[in-house]
Amino acid sequence: MTAVRAGRRGTAFAWTRFGVLIAFVVIFLIPIYVLLVTSFKPLTEADPSQAWNLPQTWTTEAWQVAWEKLAPGLWNSVLLAVPGSLLSCALGSMNGYVLSKWRFPGADLLFTLFLFGMFIPYQGVMIPLVQLLVGLNDLTGLQGVFYGGIPGLVLAHVVYGIPICTLIFRNYYVTIPDELIEASRVDGAGMLRTYWSVVLPVSAPAIAVVVIWQFTSLWNDFLFAVFLTGPTSWPATVMLNNIAGAQATPYSQQMAAAILSSVPTMLIYILLGRFFMRGLMAGALKG
Amino acid sequence: MRRARTWLPGLLLVTPSIILIGVFVYGMLGWNFRLAMTDKHDEVSEGEFVGLQNFIDIWDQARWHLSVRHAIVFTVVFVLGALVLGWLLAFLMEKGIRGEGTFRAIYLFPMAISFVATGIVWRWLMNSGTDERAVGLNRLFDAIGLPQWQWFRDPDWGMAAMALPAIWQMSGYVMALFLAGFRGVPEELREAARVDGCNEWGVYRHVVLPLLRPVTLSALIILGHISLKVFDLIVAVSGKQIITDVPAVFMWVAVFDSHDPAKGATIASYIVLSVAIFVIPYLIWSVRKERRQ
Repeated sequence: MTAVRAGRRGTAFAWTRFGVLIAFVVIFLIPIYVLLVTSFKPLTEADPSQAWNLPQTWTTEAWQVAWEKLAPGLWNSVLLAVPGSLLSCALGSMNGYVLSKWRFPGADLLFTLFLFGMFIPYQGVMIPLVQLLVGLNDLTGLQGVFYGGIPGLVLAHVVYGIPICTLIFRNYYVTIPDELIEASRVDGAGMLRTYWSVVLPVSAPAIAVVVIWQFTSLWNDFLFAVFLTGPTSWPATVMLNNIAGAQATPYSQQMAAAILSSVPTMLIYILLGRFFMRGLMAGALKG
Repeated sequence: MRRARTWLPGLLLVTPSIILIGVFVYGMLGWNFRLAMTDKHDEVSEGEFVGLQNFIDIWDQARWHLSVRHAIVFTVVFVLGALVLGWLLAFLMEKGIRGEGTFRAIYLFPMAISFVATGIVWRWLMNSGTDERAVGLNRLFDAIGLPQWQWFRDPDWGMAAMALPAIWQMSGYVMALFLAGFRGVPEELREAARVDGCNEWGVYRHVVLPLLRPVTLSALIILGHISLKVFDLIVAVSGKQIITDVPAVFMWVAVFDSHDPAKGATIASYIVLSVAIFVIPYLIWSVRKERRQ
């Protein structure tokens, strides 16, 4: 008798649960509906009364204009995010290897000091960073390279990415049995040789996590870009903000541009979501 | 000497990173604090040391009070909102549900989008136009008989509205953290509590929730530090408008519009301090905990 009642109550709970989850799915998808529907509307349907309606005539007009405006920014973002994430990965892998398998006195303290770099608000380093990059421009005679250029932005992202990349690799390398490293050492291999022949070949999952994490954060960054780049080196986020900030830009173009700027990271999320998740979890110091 | 030979190569390999972190993180934080303690209020002057004068003077500015208040309202609403919603979603899913993968994917995907793109959609959604000029949520609310709002233009609760897009973007992340936390509770512990006569609610209260405390703390730290330095989202939704001013935007204006490096550095220092005050104890705590294990 009680079992039956508990069962019925259980089913009722299961359905409520399902219903609530579905309701949140709908709420979560509202902005996506708005983005898509608005981006395909012709200007003639830009009236507030039709704000939530599907387009009567679907058009890619707004997409074409948005693409033309945004394309240079998208290209800059590629030039920023691809080398940036690969460099971060190389540094993080070496640091993680040393801090997990080739430890030196004070390694723990050093790691903690690194970790703090992950949490600092970048505003706290921005003004000196600008001054330093301006100085590098003058020093090298390469105007618009360090300050106002992509290389300077890559440098900033790689440096401030060291903590999180080191953390992810370290937590991954900790799971490699010490015996493997020891065996290689007994065979006479040094640190670099062991890294190259034992550690690196099994690093693929951590490399994927770090590259995806860094690519996404570099692609989506706005703060560094706003402070460090100029009109010719603006990445997609800054251009997107400028396009959308102009009063004259119709909503359809704003939405199309917002989608276009998000395509690479969305694709990564859809295709490689598993690794994306692991990066997120690493951010919580959970490993 | 032999011992040194075993660890020295490792130290050498991380030396470049140590130098970079030393210069770019600690050196520049110090440089910024140093700048904040000078009277370099324009681009050209040398800047004399004035101690903490700038840190005191800034409290005379109405705009600073406003931006601090805004940051607090935003932080409270955003952190609590994302925490509660993320927890609720994880709680509803923790025992497994059909289509769990799809649910998770949908709740999490806003994380993949930039705050700027998020801001653009939400600016449309939270448009303050009403009645026949209403677009976005106001039009939707009007159609289903709910009141229309000023959203982020509301003088009192504008920053609470501003937290909505941030909650939309981050609560999936909190859900993922909590879900991992829930799943980390060993089934034997729950079973033991049931044998001891706990009902399901009791199991949650006495077994599961206490074990979720570390996850809650992590989530709190992550959300809190995102919140205190929030910049992209505000700029994308409302630009430099004073009605939604926060310290990070104020700093941007101080550097680029007012050309006042010392003031910018002062605001930046306050942002760093507000984050450091809870992140440093947290880092020390989590490193110690890891060492114990």
